Amino acid sequence: MTNHWIDFKNSDCFLIMGSNAAENHPISMKWVLRAKDRGAKVISVDPRFTRTSAVADFWTGLRSGTDIAFLGGMINYILSNGKFFKDYVVNYTNAPFIVNEKFSFNDGLFSGWDPKTKKYDKSTWTITKNSKGLPEKDETLQHPRCVLQLMKKHYSRYTPEKVSEITGTPVDNLLKVYETYAETGQKDKSGNIMYALGWTHHSVGVQNIRSSAIVQLLLGNIGIAGGGINALRGQPNVQGSTDGCLLWDLLPGYLKIGKASLQTLAEYNKYFTPKTSNPMSANWYSNYPKYSVSLLKSYFGDHATKENDFGYAWLPKVDDDKTYSWMDIFDEMYNGKIKGLFLVSQNPSGSSPNATKTNRAMAKLDWMVVANIFDNESASFWHGPGMDPKKIKTEVFLLPAAYSVEKEGSLTNSGRWVQWRYKATEPPGMAVSDGDIVVRILSRIKDLYGKDGGKYPEPILNIKWDYTDDKGAFDTHKMAKAQNGYFLKDIEVNGQKFKKGDLVPSFAFLQDDGSTSSGNWLYCGSYTNGGNMMTRRGKEDPTGLGLYPNWTWCWPVNRRIIYNRASVDISGNPWNPGRALLKWDGKKWVGDVPDGPWPPMADKKAGKLPFIMKPDGVASIFGPAMVEGPFPEHYEPFEGPLTKNPMSSQLNNPAVKVFYSDLDKYAHNDPKFPIICTTYTITEHWCSGSMTRWLPWLLEAQPEAFVEMSEELAKELGIKKGDRVKVSSKRGEVEMVAVVTPRFHPFKVANKTVHQVGMPFSFGWLIPKSKKDSTANLLTPNVGDPNTMAPEYKAFMVNVKKA
Amino acid sequence: MSEGFSIMVDTSRCTGCRGCQIACKQWNELPATQTKNVGSYQNPQDLSAVTWKLVRFDDGKNEKGQPYWYFFTDQCRHCLSPGCMSASENGEIKQDEKTGAVLFTPKTRDLNFKATLEGCPYNIPRQDPKTKQLFKCTMCFDRITNNEIPACVKTCPVSAMVFGPRDKIVEMAKKRAEELKKTYPKAAALNADDVRVIYVVKDDPKKYYEFAAGK
Repeated sequence: MTNHWIDFKNSDCFLIMGSNAAENHPISMKWVLRAKDRGAKVISVDPRFTRTSAVADFWTGLRSGTDIAFLGGMINYILSNGKFFKDYVVNYTNAPFIVNEKFSFNDGLFSGWDPKTKKYDKSTWTITKNSKGLPEKDETLQHPRCVLQLMKKHYSRYTPEKVSEITGTPVDNLLKVYETYAETGQKDKSGNIMYALGWTHHSVGVQNIRSSAIVQLLLGNIGIAGGGINALRGQPNVQGSTDGCLLWDLLPGYLKIGKASLQTLAEYNKYFTPKTSNPMSANWYSNYPKYSVSLLKSYFGDHATKENDFGYAWLPKVDDDKTYSWMDIFDEMYNGKIKGLFLVSQNPSGSSPNATKTNRAMAKLDWMVVANIFDNESASFWHGPGMDPKKIKTEVFLLPAAYSVEKEGSLTNSGRWVQWRYKATEPPGMAVSDGDIVVRILSRIKDLYGKDGGKYPEPILNIKWDYTDDKGAFDTHKMAKAQNGYFLKDIEVNGQKFKKGDLVPSFAFLQDDGSTSSGNWLYCGSYTNGGNMMTRRGKEDPTGLGLYPNWTWCWPVNRRIIYNRASVDISGNPWNPGRALLKWDGKKWVGDVPDGPWPPMADKKAGKLPFIMKPDGVASIFGPAMVEGPFPEHYEPFEGPLTKNPMSSQLNNPAVKVFYSDLDKYAHNDPKFPIICTTYTITEHWCSGSMTRWLPWLLEAQPEAFVEMSEELAKELGIKKGDRVKVSSKRGEVEMVAVVTPRFHPFKVANKTVHQVGMPFSFGWLIPKSKKDSTANLLTPNVGDPNTMAPEYKAFMVNVKKA
Repeated sequence: MSEGFSIMVDTSRCTGCRGCQIACKQWNELPATQTKNVGSYQNPQDLSAVTWKLVRFDDGKNEKGQPYWYFFTDQCRHCLSPGCMSASENGEIKQDEKTGAVLFTPKTRDLNFKATLEGCPYNIPRQDPKTKQLFKCTMCFDRITNNEIPACVKTCPVSAMVFGPRDKIVEMAKKRAEELKKTYPKAAALNADDVRVIYVVKDDPKKYYEFAAGK
């Protein structure tokens, strides 16, 4: 999140889209309803009327997979009705910048498309620079090739009628949402966009979110109290695990994984360190080498020296044009190329697309280690429905893990607050914490490499591995301090003197010469000589905005709302004095921890632009980093009900990543699979239900798999409430209970009526025991967003019939 | 008796998360029953000797054709003049003077269950088929007499339930109903002067549950 949970109380309007906050993030509604008590409007946009819609002021449906069309219509509305926040847009975004004259967009494709490689040559997706290397711009926003005018032209095609034809949302409802939300473009109004997996689980997932970023920037809603793009993260610590490099393309703190083409540290740092010619741009990522070198020092300690590139060669590298995502892993496994697998608190048999392929892939492993608090469908895949244990050679080890209250450590919530938690009780039996599991395994591996040698032993032997206490148990404090980082010699930085062994007070002190370490630069400042900041429980709220600066600690540098320099005008006066997040008092900033200490940008000598992480210092409405285009464009889901995209000749995301094994089959406008399906979770169960289905009270409340459908569809199919039905896709079939409800409705799309159904993916076969697997993911496809490789769980095609 | 405690249940805030239903079972150590999905989110299907708090789910379409989904976290109303007590002659059902909680004692096994149930306008009492004892919500009597609020109120993430001194809660519920009336003309604080558990609704109570406002 750019903002944080408590800040929701400061919003004037919520657009909850791609999220069912009330069901999946119940606590969020505490703050949404506080704002509503004050008169804030709550809008819920969702294919079905949910528990979130039930407490919203206004709900409207849209067909799954058409969010870009819906938001493109909003961008069009904002621009053609002059509803955007001009001072913000001109000064704080790249809207006035002039785009390369060779950049173009034609019938669904941007310039540079190569149909053979299915990739874009992005060389025309650039901003024109003047002789000083600064972006050419037109602050009147009239230049026909400025970002704003190109964007206006692009989205002029998204008329309410055209959007309605795609989304199935009535024009009146579209306009009502657009009008209500665009009101937040006034400088004293704040709008909050809440999203979750309903936006990411699409072949256009990242562009869904980019669309919302454009809306928020046009309305001046980024960096302000009550604003923001707020990703409601799914698990208590999923933010923390992402910060710690859960994803394959990252190192901790969102540093990039090395590539095969970047063989030296110098090449690596040069490639990932952005440059700017603008003296007013802080370009914070110019510090990249300080963070990468400090990370290497944290990993390899004294073994990392300037002479050996601080051990850069010992880090794994990825092939330049290859992806290594979750779906890739299971595809490679299915193809017999992966022999062993560690699954730590995961249940891919319930949560990965195409469960048949997932289970057959695991059957090709030599061994699999599962660390979990319960058995689950993955650990037991070898004796699941359709599996013959005699024919499966995979050896499975189930390691009993401690539950979150049985271990001490930090959890990072969606608002980036890193909160320390204590052990409430000892884990039962032989269960130990994940930290202990990792420490013990790597210690043994190190011993074995030391004793017996092996291929390329250096990364294993040289890793600094001193995270245990004097009894040999995992010491979470040692790990947390290493994550923060140390000074490795006596040194003076920024006029302050530090001793070897001191903890680094903030990432502004990290160095690229090997004199500091930090396991995650973003967490630098979380555990200092002053103590463990994550344990703080101060309830002071000096701004009255609910920032609670002394409650735990949040990254970066305890800044509660990021991009907060955009909450003030160019002279540093808050856009909304009634909700002043920051103010420049002439000498310093007052309020939240500012995005850097420099004066506001009206000070032409020392001032800095507000978006300090961007080389140009402004937010990117024109976003060339995306794989499929600098402006979001509507493409149909990979499996969809239409043969033609009403917007262009390009049916699907041109850069979509699709897998093609014998088990990966797809239905394109196939009359056998005429119904759109989406999957989700429910309040009562946690994701695949592998934890919650063991709890009798929760199972009592939601006992079995179900599919929700409209009364209209049920009538057509002769299905009644409570009937057992079979839902099938090109990949599998599941039997479940029909929930027939007015909360789903058919959509009128491109002159035809299409039906949609939905189901939670929270059920399986292990608990409660069943001969049939009822996971919704038997149906879903291995289709990925090309930027993130998030699977398209939210829009695919099925058939439904009475069982 | 009009002192003691009350609970306001503001159904217009409720998100149907069922935290209250589970918290009730947890605090009172009530076992889960075997259920199946009968085509709705509601489960168990009804109150029972081991389910004293149940979120009832009701969806439909309003006059404008828009869907609605109402959540009604059903429980004993702890009436000021409890109808269930009319069948109780030997102290089987007690009304605690200090708190106002209506309590079923183990002696309820001697009561005529049908008569007791008929005496309740809200269809609350349930009988254990084995022991014949009657059960229902106790207002978390063991908690509220130890300076704790009821488990359901404590767990509610959106403050849809508020527990406190009766006069304050009645005032709060009536005020909330008045506020809601501006947008929802049918809003009401149900039977606020007769019950301790006061439901604030924004629509016809029968759309929430047949006995929401009493028989």
